[in-house]
Amino acid sequence: MAERSFASEVLSLRLGEGEEFRGEGILAVTKALLQSGVAYVGGYQGAPISHLMDVLSDAQPVLDELGVHFEASANEATAAAMLAASINYPMRGAVTWKSTVGTNVAADALANLASAGVKGGALIILGEDYGEGASIMQERTHAFAMKSQMWLLDPKPNLPSIVRAVEQGFELSEASHTPVMLMLRIRACHVYGRFTAKANQRPAFSSADALAAPSRDYGRIILPPSTFAQEKQKITERLPAAQHFIASRGLNEFCGGDADVGIVLQGGLYNGVLRSLELLGCADAFGTSALPLYVLNVTYPLIPDEIVRFCAGKRAVLVIEEGQPDFIEQSICQTLHQQSGTTRIIGKEVLPMAGEYTGDVLKPGIEKFLERWAPALLQAQAPAARREATLVPSGKLAALVPQRPSGLCIGCPERPLFSAIKLVQRELGALHISSDIGCHSFATLPPFNMGNSIMGYGLGAAGASALTTHARGRAVAVMGDGGFWHNGLTSGIGNAVFNRQDAVTVIVDNGYSAATGGQDILSSRAPPKERNANQSILNAVKGIGVKWVKRVHTYDMRETLAVLREALTTGYDGPKVIIAEGECQLNRQRRVRPLFKKAVAQGERVVRERFGIDAALCTGDHSCIRLSGCPSLSLKENPDPLRTDPVAHVDNTCVGCGVCGEVAHAAVLCPSFYRADIIYNPNRWDRLLHAVRTAVIGALQRRAERRRLRFAL
Amino acid sequence: MSATPYKLAIAALGGQGGAVLTGWLIEIAEANGYFVQSTSVPGVAQRTGATLYYLEFFPRASPAGGGREPIMALMPVAGDVDCVVAAELIEAGRAMARGLVTPERTTLIASSHRELTIGERSTMGQAVSTGAELVEIARSQAKRFIMFDMADMAEERSSVISAVLLGAIAGSAVLPFRKDAFEAAIRKGGLAVATNLAAFEDAYQAASAGTVAVPKASSPAQLPGALPTDVKDPKLRVLLQRLRALPPGVQSLALEGVRRLIDYQDPRYAWLYLERLEHIAHLESAHAGATSDRPLTAATARALALWMSFEDPIRVADLKTRAARAAGVRTEVRALPGQLMNVTEFMKPRVAEIAGTLPVDVGRRLLNSAWASNLLGRLTGGRRVRSSTVSGFLMLRMIAGLRRWRRGTLRYEVENARIEHWLVQIQKTALSNLALAVEVARAQRLVKGYGDTHERGWRNFLKLMEQLEGLEGRTDGAAVLARLHEAALADEEGLALARELAANVVPHTASPTRTPAVNA
Repeated sequence: MAERSFASEVLSLRLGEGEEFRGEGILAVTKALLQSGVAYVGGYQGAPISHLMDVLSDAQPVLDELGVHFEASANEATAAAMLAASINYPMRGAVTWKSTVGTNVAADALANLASAGVKGGALIILGEDYGEGASIMQERTHAFAMKSQMWLLDPKPNLPSIVRAVEQGFELSEASHTPVMLMLRIRACHVYGRFTAKANQRPAFSSADALAAPSRDYGRIILPPSTFAQEKQKITERLPAAQHFIASRGLNEFCGGDADVGIVLQGGLYNGVLRSLELLGCADAFGTSALPLYVLNVTYPLIPDEIVRFCAGKRAVLVIEEGQPDFIEQSICQTLHQQSGTTRIIGKEVLPMAGEYTGDVLKPGIEKFLERWAPALLQAQAPAARREATLVPSGKLAALVPQRPSGLCIGCPERPLFSAIKLVQRELGALHISSDIGCHSFATLPPFNMGNSIMGYGLGAAGASALTTHARGRAVAVMGDGGFWHNGLTSGIGNAVFNRQDAVTVIVDNGYSAATGGQDILSSRAPPKERNANQSILNAVKGIGVKWVKRVHTYDMRETLAVLREALTTGYDGPKVIIAEGECQLNRQRRVRPLFKKAVAQGERVVRERFGIDAALCTGDHSCIRLSGCPSLSLKENPDPLRTDPVAHVDNTCVGCGVCGEVAHAAVLCPSFYRADIIYNPNRWDRLLHAVRTAVIGALQRRAERRRLRFAL
Repeated sequence: MSATPYKLAIAALGGQGGAVLTGWLIEIAEANGYFVQSTSVPGVAQRTGATLYYLEFFPRASPAGGGREPIMALMPVAGDVDCVVAAELIEAGRAMARGLVTPERTTLIASSHRELTIGERSTMGQAVSTGAELVEIARSQAKRFIMFDMADMAEERSSVISAVLLGAIAGSAVLPFRKDAFEAAIRKGGLAVATNLAAFEDAYQAASAGTVAVPKASSPAQLPGALPTDVKDPKLRVLLQRLRALPPGVQSLALEGVRRLIDYQDPRYAWLYLERLEHIAHLESAHAGATSDRPLTAATARALALWMSFEDPIRVADLKTRAARAAGVRTEVRALPGQLMNVTEFMKPRVAEIAGTLPVDVGRRLLNSAWASNLLGRLTGGRRVRSSTVSGFLMLRMIAGLRRWRRGTLRYEVENARIEHWLVQIQKTALSNLALAVEVARAQRLVKGYGDTHERGWRNFLKLMEQLEGLEGRTDGAAVLARLHEAALADEEGLALARELAANVVPHTASPTRTPAVNA
């Protein structure tokens, strides 16, 4: 069950010829796949392509009707290997993941796929997680395309262009027998727009056709001498075929005016570049540019003839290429040099080598280029737009604006785990903590500030390998259930068993691939009927040979703390695994909240739990926040006129998970915390009990009150 | 609209419903003949962090467009945004810091409420930004500025802030759509329609009136005003007389102290408080001469009252069993009138706290006996006391009843000795360096909390007191101690304090021209 329901999006997958599709870019891709007669789809979730996986997961009936095979792959390597079906058969296949992390994982299969070449169109849809909002290290997918000789599409970020890129991608792949990568930046994946749909197509060639008549060609096997032949084919046959297709079908676009300077740009940057030109007075809002533009909807391979043609007669050309190294700029320079062209190529000279090309980066870069090479264009048209506004310096403002990093959600089951790790460090000293990818990565941020390295998804345990010798103290590795099934079971746990590591690994079992949007995984408790889940992490860990394995419920901090302490101090020197269970609260609330409301409405006796703090007892030290950091645990003005520090306060977003009380207990914090159990639809027994209690307690309270009144000053 | 799209950015936090608001705006625009594009960056960045939604609008019927759809950008460019909608005050500041708000064209619609950041929440003292400076900047930076507490407004209508934001956008008339077009989108959404429409309407009215409601000024709890003219109880009357004898500027602080200590113990305890305070007041009067400022007496009045009402289990039990507290809990957790409710207290008395509540000798013997401490340690543990049950309440009342023997408890003896030593230090220091003595009085703030927190605070307090000898003769002594005070509150691990201490080991000869003489 993903974080969101995609029921309405699934409906738009059924749109027929000529109907208008409205929605997100990544969902337009989903529809485009069905329109292109795709036979199979696989992938691994991750922003910004999670919604593609989510909507297809919810769309099983539509896929069944069309005969399309869909898998939520175990990892990106699995997804890439799935494309093997297109090596021997004219089956169209598509896979998707977050790049470059997923591409790294898939690289082995991709390289072999690219070497073998494909018969059916093979499309790899990549969510390029680069720039603002990215959650991974910053790299480009471009290098993968170059090193394996796959083609890279980088279409203009509007729905018709993206859909066209999917359709043309399959054709290009088939025309050149090469897998094609379609890269979409974060915002392009989430851009809301429209396109005119076509009817879905059943795959022309299905897996049934393949299995009925298996086909084999030794030339497609990754062993010598085939591999040597394949390496030559890439250059002598597939590359020219691709370049011919791209040029003859006009995949790249030439537009704009006829000035003697021009701009070459990646298709994905088109809207940003056009907006900058508009602001500089060199274009209108509809894409009519005074400067000639050469839009690379295919960024690899480049088409030398087109480059030469575009540069002919131009004094200077600006190459706008996001990220580093500047592959495109280098390649254009080489092409022109070999053709003895005289056009001056400008690129990273006026634009930054690294980082996202936002409007705030593009505009000054283009302006600098124009100031030097075409000042007339700039001065003639843009005096108003270029006026500098009188603004408060952003530095002064930034100093007034505290950072707001991401963090664990309200009631997150991972919070008490990290509180416990913080407490165990108080007892046993600082630990080396090898972190992993997932929501638990947020433990590296305030208030937990723990974790020494992150090596990749599922690699938390492996990242501690060199530190598991029998030295003083033990390193702790953290791994999520998502990472565990992705590869951690073998790369981390199996490796620790085989190498007799004296390691402690905590597997965070929240029941979902939570950070990517709450998708189901192998150990999810209530899977949809299309999948087989509910598999035990405990059994898997035992099965691979771990002797010391304990399961704890993270909300029981006393137990968690005891097990952590034991794992860190036991004489047993083999790998120790702690499975820390606690259901993702986002998913849990989505499930539980409607049930609660329904029960209240139906008159059933239900209890709502909520935590609170006695402001009169809180002394304003905020230890509780440093140990938990729950967003519902905030501050308010101290009601005591003698005290100045604000007091802690539980706001109404509290879901009553109980961590506050546990933390206050385990850390011997303070007695200010209380839990209120609010009873809906009380029964007779409740009412009777309440009446008795109120009578007795009320009498005692009134007595104490009288004494206080006597001494009221 | 000119021949360029209208640009609107929504600055929000993950979980505030920015996506819902964006969905409504798209629905409204498309239903009213507009091209619209939106983008956002979901994913992990959204989990409680700051996030930005961006929309562009363009009329299909624009003669300049001739039916063509313009090229719309996927993110805002500084200085090129027509409307910024901020779902929280600091997020309005962040949008301004990005240059999205400019005086020539930007309407800034902001909620004045604060959602505190983890940095603000986790300090050991006070680091909460009121955003007052941001509000002032917003007034000059935005072409139009609309602000009110939208979280509050949503709350009042049992709605969500996204509905209020939509109402504010509609009311500000930045978009060329009629009010009923906005309402239609809410109805079409089909969820919580009635409450959302009510919240929308409130916000519509507030925004169309151009409301700029400055955030509720942080109103620290008020000290009592003038002293009461008379009281009946003879014990109180004498206290009142002594209060009148104090310098006028500190009377209300001292009154609050007296009230607190009567509440904590009895009038006799308040008498002791005033006696102690008078010593300091006399000493300061001798120094102060003509001025009526009494910084030392004021600081001591505050700190002494807090220290003398140290938080022992007796106090905790007393406060948790009061009628007013039970009522407070009901409001806090929003129990409906008449709704039944049980309350569970999370208490974890440690051996030290239990020993502290015992008579001096017994308590001390307990602490000195390893086996007895161990045994008790095993028996205590986390206690969940159900204070709404008769047995739980009686237990707490019993502990609260130990008040009458408090003066004989070990904890009282320890705290009383510490207080007296501290008062001596204040007086001694005041003779040579009054400003430093004020800082000594203020240092009581470090000793707060329970258990480990209290012990850490006490250790830090002692570290500060160790510096007194070296600081007494220094003109910047008070400033140094104040710095150490802040450093002690900077981090739990004591890193900042250690750094600050290391920097101040060698008494440097401060140039009097740089550091104003603060000696009295």
